[in-house]
Amino acid sequence: MSLQTDADSPTATATPLPSTAPIGNEADAIVNDVVIQVATSNGTGSQSANLVLMRTIFEMGVPVSGKNMFPSNIQGLPTWFTIRVNKDGWSARRRDADVFVAMNPESAAEDIAGMRPGSILILNEELQKFQNRDDIHVFVVPFNKLVIPVCPDGRLRRLVVNMMYVGVVAYLLHLDVEELKGAIARQFSKKPKAAELNSNAALAGYQWAAENLPKQYKFVVKRMDKTKGKVIIDGNSAAALGLMYGGITVFAWYPITPSSSLGEALIDYMARYRHDPETGKATYAIVQAEDELAAMAMVVGAGWDGARAATSTSGPGISLMAELTGLAYFTEIPAVIVDVQRVGPSTGLPTRTNQGDMLKAYLLSHGDCKHPLLIPGNVKECYEFGIEALNLAERLQTPIFLMTDLDMGMNLWMTDPFEAPTKPLDRGKVLTAEDLNRLGEFARYRDVDGDGIGYRTLPGTKHPNAAFFTQGAGHDDRAKRSEKPEDWQGNLDRLTHKFNHARTIMPKPVLNADEGATLAIIGFGTSDPAIEEARHILRTQHGVKSSYLRLRSLPASAEVIQYLKDNDKVYLVEQNRDAQVASILRMENPELGNRIVSVLHYCGLPLDAQSIVEQLEVHLGKRKS
Amino acid sequence: MSATEAPKPAPAGAPSKAPATNRIGHTLQDYKGAASTLCAGCGHDSITSQIQRALFESGVNPYNVAKMSGIGCSSKTTAYFLSLSHGFNSVHGRAPAVATGSYLANRELLHICVSGDGDTASIGLGHFMHMMRRNVPMVYIIENNGVYGLTKGQFSATADKGSTHKKGFENEMMPIDACALAIEMGCDYVARSFSGDIKQLVPLLKGAMCHGGTSIVDVVSPCVTFNNHEGSTKSLKFARENEEPLQEIGFVPYYDEIKADYPEGTMKTIELTDGSKLTLKKLERDYDPSDKMRALDLLQKARDERLFLTGLLYHNPNSSKGIADQLNMVDVPLAHLPESVTVPSAAVLAEIMEEYK
Repeated sequence: MSLQTDADSPTATATPLPSTAPIGNEADAIVNDVVIQVATSNGTGSQSANLVLMRTIFEMGVPVSGKNMFPSNIQGLPTWFTIRVNKDGWSARRRDADVFVAMNPESAAEDIAGMRPGSILILNEELQKFQNRDDIHVFVVPFNKLVIPVCPDGRLRRLVVNMMYVGVVAYLLHLDVEELKGAIARQFSKKPKAAELNSNAALAGYQWAAENLPKQYKFVVKRMDKTKGKVIIDGNSAAALGLMYGGITVFAWYPITPSSSLGEALIDYMARYRHDPETGKATYAIVQAEDELAAMAMVVGAGWDGARAATSTSGPGISLMAELTGLAYFTEIPAVIVDVQRVGPSTGLPTRTNQGDMLKAYLLSHGDCKHPLLIPGNVKECYEFGIEALNLAERLQTPIFLMTDLDMGMNLWMTDPFEAPTKPLDRGKVLTAEDLNRLGEFARYRDVDGDGIGYRTLPGTKHPNAAFFTQGAGHDDRAKRSEKPEDWQGNLDRLTHKFNHARTIMPKPVLNADEGATLAIIGFGTSDPAIEEARHILRTQHGVKSSYLRLRSLPASAEVIQYLKDNDKVYLVEQNRDAQVASILRMENPELGNRIVSVLHYCGLPLDAQSIVEQLEVHLGKRKS
Repeated sequence: MSATEAPKPAPAGAPSKAPATNRIGHTLQDYKGAASTLCAGCGHDSITSQIQRALFESGVNPYNVAKMSGIGCSSKTTAYFLSLSHGFNSVHGRAPAVATGSYLANRELLHICVSGDGDTASIGLGHFMHMMRRNVPMVYIIENNGVYGLTKGQFSATADKGSTHKKGFENEMMPIDACALAIEMGCDYVARSFSGDIKQLVPLLKGAMCHGGTSIVDVVSPCVTFNNHEGSTKSLKFARENEEPLQEIGFVPYYDEIKADYPEGTMKTIELTDGSKLTLKKLERDYDPSDKMRALDLLQKARDERLFLTGLLYHNPNSSKGIADQLNMVDVPLAHLPESVTVPSAAVLAEIMEEYK
């Protein structure tokens, strides 16, 4: 059981005596294409260790991304962190790891059983009883013994031991020790004592590995120049930055995984950058509401007064916001809702990812209701669409949904830095007292400009003709209560006209097409990196050329409809069971509906390229279903 | 700041005829709204008239008011006063939260929120409690009739135990006392009144408008269609026969002197946030509205003995911080802040990006 085995090499020997023969050879090494997965218990500080590992690789100029798979729990349950290192920048999830670090007894048996033959296991010595594979490379490390001299304080060892596997991985993958030191200094820049302790731990791990483990050449990380000028950020922080640069003034929220870190990030940014330099006072209000109903109610109340207001939530919160969303739609009040989607129904899997709120968000609330959705496909768009959402909400006087998901919101992505907005904020159609002096009067819900959008006045406007009565009840174009059929239907038709206007001003789709493409794909959101990687696999391994239209907003613009018209068959990739976006496109374009073939992924894990390729192979007749 | 405006000096040589306008030049008509569609004799219409009167007499600028409401007979009434003000008839029970958002966006407005007992004590109880917990400056009026009128007479959560339904059966459950909850939540201005007690309701409303935090005015307002029968403790007859005012209340605006002259020890003066005052003339009970425990004790007794006590139940002379101060907000309404203030510079973004490199 306690054998360190090497499937590829007959020289494997038993532990604790380490083999000195190298694993793999330098000439055949896979360079800068490796997936490292670490299994720990949540609440043990392993996040810091994993970030240091990522940072070290990033500083070596090699593209890297990180995904945290964690339980809905505070301490003690298994958690996995996956770092994908890829010279070509592929950042989607890969199904299995090349290097696995097993630190958690709870998950070790299953973790080891799931490893791909030929992969590398770094195993905490105390977990040897779980090791029964002879087709993987095993490096047994006595972490709990090594940490004792490094960390005299017994209470801290549980945390510091994680930095030791960083040192071992760094040695085995040939990481740059200087970059490792720099990454630790940066990670603990505000805590010099912790920096020293962790640095010592990582270096002790590195040193021990150098003295006791054989060289490993199957997977090697070598310095490149592909991360210069890039940043690593999560989607929630990016969206929070977008809201701040969109001039948000009121944010009301209720904590819910996986959107909580968006609210927390916004609180931090606003505290730093949105206080009056002279008085120190806040140019915003952030309120933790009593529930999502109230959060949305506050956003609607603030939007009514002319504030740039937003909330963030996830599926269960969206359910609670349904009532107020209908009110805002029908009274035509600007509002922004960020939906960081998680797996439902019900509590579902709160810490797993999904695109399962698309249809619900699109039609949220009762009666004839529909809403524009912004769908960022990367963290940069989370930022840009955060700004755009606030602009569109005031322009269209309606709730705007910013649809991200847990994979986007909570995981770490490499991106080009964000750019400050160059165009002024769009504050929409608002009449002032001066405007009313000129115009004499106005009708709140009259379509003056032909775009379906009426003019509004804000409460507090000092003019006898400014006031109107906002109500969710049926009303005429002067906002007076009306139950007349022609008023009701006329209003609904104008709202449809406004919705169709939204199609023309929302972000257009992005089309990437190979020359001579024979396969058409539509996708959106976090499916993007997996789709691009799948296209690469199809192109290079199957000789199939494809075009790919990335949807960035709903309702669908003319370009999306045209793409459906141009292709007899379109594969629509989405991360939900019931093909929700396909349903939306079919509902609005029934004559094109049968052109859509769904490629679905809904197990809760982020989408991977192989899942797409396999489903497409079935459709292309290259694989049996 | 005060919601009301100080009077402008009368122009020299102005006619001495009784003015049809208030001190900022508005007539009572300017404080009216659309015609009521409620049942003839509804207590709510009487409250609407007193709201108009309180606003008119206090010289509140209609352009500085935001009228907020939920859903129900009571919530409809925001259409029946101040047609010169913006109004928002929102969603059942959510008005406290909607009004909180509105206040955050524009703290210069006087927010008047009209709700019912269904709004406040049932579907929106949580929002009601949290509004008070946050101390959102607002006049929050509960038009309390103990029944759901628009849906034809179901008991509400404020119906007294033992009060009878129109069909004859009794309410078996304890009532929710919004005033007791308000005091418990730290609300600094809590009053109860009766829609038929004009003399008391008008000064209590005026006082509420001058209070800097959340002020709760719970007004028993008989539903003449569904809850006015023998056996109901919210009927017109019951209220008239059983109302026991705690004080005789007068209102003195901040720009006036107290003129009433009462024997020593019979009158208390309550100073409000903007400097206006309520004068409380002692009646049968010796009652100190600044004593929180006493107020809660008396409300418990009233609930047990089915007393209908009205007047200023509680006022905290040391007002708590309002939400704008809790959040350290700028004085300018957030909705009016220019882009130059709300959008940080490109240099700041570059600085932030540097941290993610």
